[in-house]
Amino acid sequence: MDLEYGPEYNDFREEVRSFVKANEGVNLLGKSLRSSERVEWQQKLIDNGYFARSTPKEYGGFGGDIDILKSRIIAEEFAKSPIPKPLGGQGIQMLVPTLLELGTEEQKQAYVKPTLRGEIIWCQGYSEPNSGSDLASLQTKGELDGDEWVINGQKIWTSTAKFAQMCFCLVRTEPDAPKHQGISYLLIPMDTPGIEIRPIMQMTGDADFNEVFFTDVRIPATNIVGERGEGWKVANATLTHERGSLADPDVMMNRLYALIDLMKSETIDGERVIDKPAFRDRLLRVQGKVLAQQANALRLLSSSINKGQDTTMARFITKLIGTELRHELEGLAIDAMGEMGTLYEDSPHLRDSGSWQMSYMYFLGLIIGGGTNQIQKNIISERALGMPKEPKIPGA
Amino acid sequence: MYFGLSEEQQSLEDNIKKYLEDNASLDSIKEVAGGDSAKSADIHKGLLELGISGLMVPEEYGGLELDMLFASVVSGALGSGTAPVPYAGAYVMAPIALTLAGSDSQKENWLPKIAGGEVVIGIGLSEYVGAREDAAITASGNTISGRCLFVMDGKDANAYILANKAGELYLVDAKAKGISLTELVTVDKTRPSIELNLDNVEAELLPGSESNQEVINKVLDAGRLMLAADSIGASQIMLDKAVAYSLERKQFGRVIGSFQAVKHMCAEMAAELEPCHSMIWHAAHCYDHDPSQARLMACHTKAHVSEVGQQISKTATEVHGGMGFTDELGLHYWFKRIGLNRQLLGSPELVREEAARIQNFDQSPAGGQSKKEVGNPLLV
Ligand SMILES: Cc1cc2nc3c(=O)[nH]c(=O)nc-3n(C[C@H](O)[C@H](O)[C@H](O)COP(=O)(O)OP(=O)(O)OC[C@H]3O[C@@H](n4cnc5c(N)ncnc54)[C@H](O)[C@@H]3O)c2cc1C
Repeated sequence: MDLEYGPEYNDFREEVRSFVKANEGVNLLGKSLRSSERVEWQQKLIDNGYFARSTPKEYGGFGGDIDILKSRIIAEEFAKSPIPKPLGGQGIQMLVPTLLELGTEEQKQAYVKPTLRGEIIWCQGYSEPNSGSDLASLQTKGELDGDEWVINGQKIWTSTAKFAQMCFCLVRTEPDAPKHQGISYLLIPMDTPGIEIRPIMQMTGDADFNEVFFTDVRIPATNIVGERGEGWKVANATLTHERGSLADPDVMMNRLYALIDLMKSETIDGERVIDKPAFRDRLLRVQGKVLAQQANALRLLSSSINKGQDTTMARFITKLIGTELRHELEGLAIDAMGEMGTLYEDSPHLRDSGSWQMSYMYFLGLIIGGGTNQIQKNIISERALGMPKEPKIPGA
Repeated sequence: MYFGLSEEQQSLEDNIKKYLEDNASLDSIKEVAGGDSAKSADIHKGLLELGISGLMVPEEYGGLELDMLFASVVSGALGSGTAPVPYAGAYVMAPIALTLAGSDSQKENWLPKIAGGEVVIGIGLSEYVGAREDAAITASGNTISGRCLFVMDGKDANAYILANKAGELYLVDAKAKGISLTELVTVDKTRPSIELNLDNVEAELLPGSESNQEVINKVLDAGRLMLAADSIGASQIMLDKAVAYSLERKQFGRVIGSFQAVKHMCAEMAAELEPCHSMIWHAAHCYDHDPSQARLMACHTKAHVSEVGQQISKTATEVHGGMGFTDELGLHYWFKRIGLNRQLLGSPELVREEAARIQNFDQSPAGGQSKKEVGNPLLV
């Protein structure tokens, strides 16, 4: 066991700290996605090597070595400060890694840089009304007509579709092949004629996800990642990226600090909530769980530097445990506030802009999204523990 | 021995549920949530015709003088329909407070009007239960000043009954000078919340509550039972909806209800919820017939049901997959109702702490015979 980052990393940490300090005044609240302010900030992070650090320069990244410890230091130092964090989202977290791994040279040239800069927002067109957990049964159809794909069908739960410029989409292109082998991974510009988007209102009161309808939507034949019929494999490469990012332990640690602050400032009959043994014990339990998750993340980090360290299980559990834990953490904050914790929207006395209620509900959504937690348990038992699959229904 | 609802109680529950099914569909609830107050007034009117306001009012003041079990049954039915109407505060806690502690003229003034559905009285006990932001009211002469948060059923109320820190109850006319009312926006759009700020507002003490916490505790017990019953009704609907959906929705060529994972989610919800139905019956029975256990049962029922309700509202949503997260399906109206019930009149930690105080845990000698001191609520 060696947990020292080493002297060169201490210097690096100092460098990050001074950048963070110098930029503490930057505030992008209220600036819309793709606004010049946001794009400039994103570019500044890239130029300094604080974002897209190991992405090659030719594709718009910083072009540094893969140095996971440095990435970790950046994440740690950014997490401690209110400065705007690097942009996330499905384009950056899922599409970029996929293109870098499996995309053609033209695709990398066309999409990676503007996606990293926040100029192209992507949405993920996987789920369909009849294909959620059973994603591989999807029916949206793509037919090659000359040098164009013609797409017909419907997607649902497509987050951010309303303001996305592009969609990475799973489409059935080989109707006669077995279900997992008949799917292709297509890149669809959202302004193509024939696309209709209908927002779906969520329990949070926002309409972040959408139904997306495709009627004779024509895109160039070259907008495919991987070969025809390989879409399932391509998609699975990105699903692991998504699942890792849904429950980021750094963000969780940030929320935990905010929760501790909250429990110090909320009082009941003049006594701080954090001084009440029942609440304090709940807080400490959550803290223990967060620390365990953070340690699990360290192990994953280590395995990406030390080839051969097996972290199959550690990886498979992150989405399940992480989303449940965030839901629990946010729920504790609500209880700590009592009736005040039920306030929402623009209510008087609202704490932290209502983010606790919002995230409490949102993480229930993420317990469902990205592959439900029941499906995660199937994956853990079948793929990591080696237990048998449930017998298939004939013909399904 | 018979442990269960009477025929009359059962039929009252059925009538209210039927009324809500016919008149307060999910679409109507959505309209109310969107701000349609005429809609909620209609639903309120219909429920008044079914008698919800007179249950707790003594017969001599024109009420039905029914017991806590009746009141719980009604609250459960309202929870199952996410009824956007005043109830726990206005029609259960207020008449109990007036009956137990009001002067003759206060009773004559208000109880018949409550029974007749002519007035709504909001109830503010939050500061007695556990004051936030050091809110409180204090009396001086015949006026009170201060503020009360989360006054139950306080929106559009004709009067309020408000508690000071000592648990004394003051009756305030809503039109009195010096009151300002702020609407609080919570997740639950079916029952509005308000805050009152009072500046030397004329108020009448309910004389029986002076230097006597028994009254407020009785009112509080009743309120907690109503909130618990409401959450039980709401939880039962969420479970029923989850089971029904699991029999409809197909994935992997079979109904999702055929997956053991989904069956177990539903079975666990049922196993947690079923005893809650019995628990509220028993607690309601103790409220009227066993003063030695009434408070303990009310606290535990409120706290326990809050935990079970939270778990069910989460799990039932999960069974619905992405649909569960939508406004269209509307499961969240029950989810949020259960969420607000959890916090009103004390979140589980606070209420359990009270249960410990009721049993004098902190004063028991080490190794004492706690069984004897505490008694077993089920062996009475
Ligand atoms: C907030 C949110 C954002 C989302 N964003 C996107 C997005 O951007 N793009 C996109 O493509 N999709 C997105 N989704 C969709 C998400 O991936 C699906 O909701 C999810 O995969 C579940 O599918 P479903 O909704 O059809 O539920 P179903 O598959 O119908 O599941 C219903 C219930 O059955 C259970 N179940 C199903 N099969 C099994 C089984 N074999 N064993 C045990 N239990 C089972 C499930 O666990 C669940 O409890 C999002 C969802 C949410 C909630």
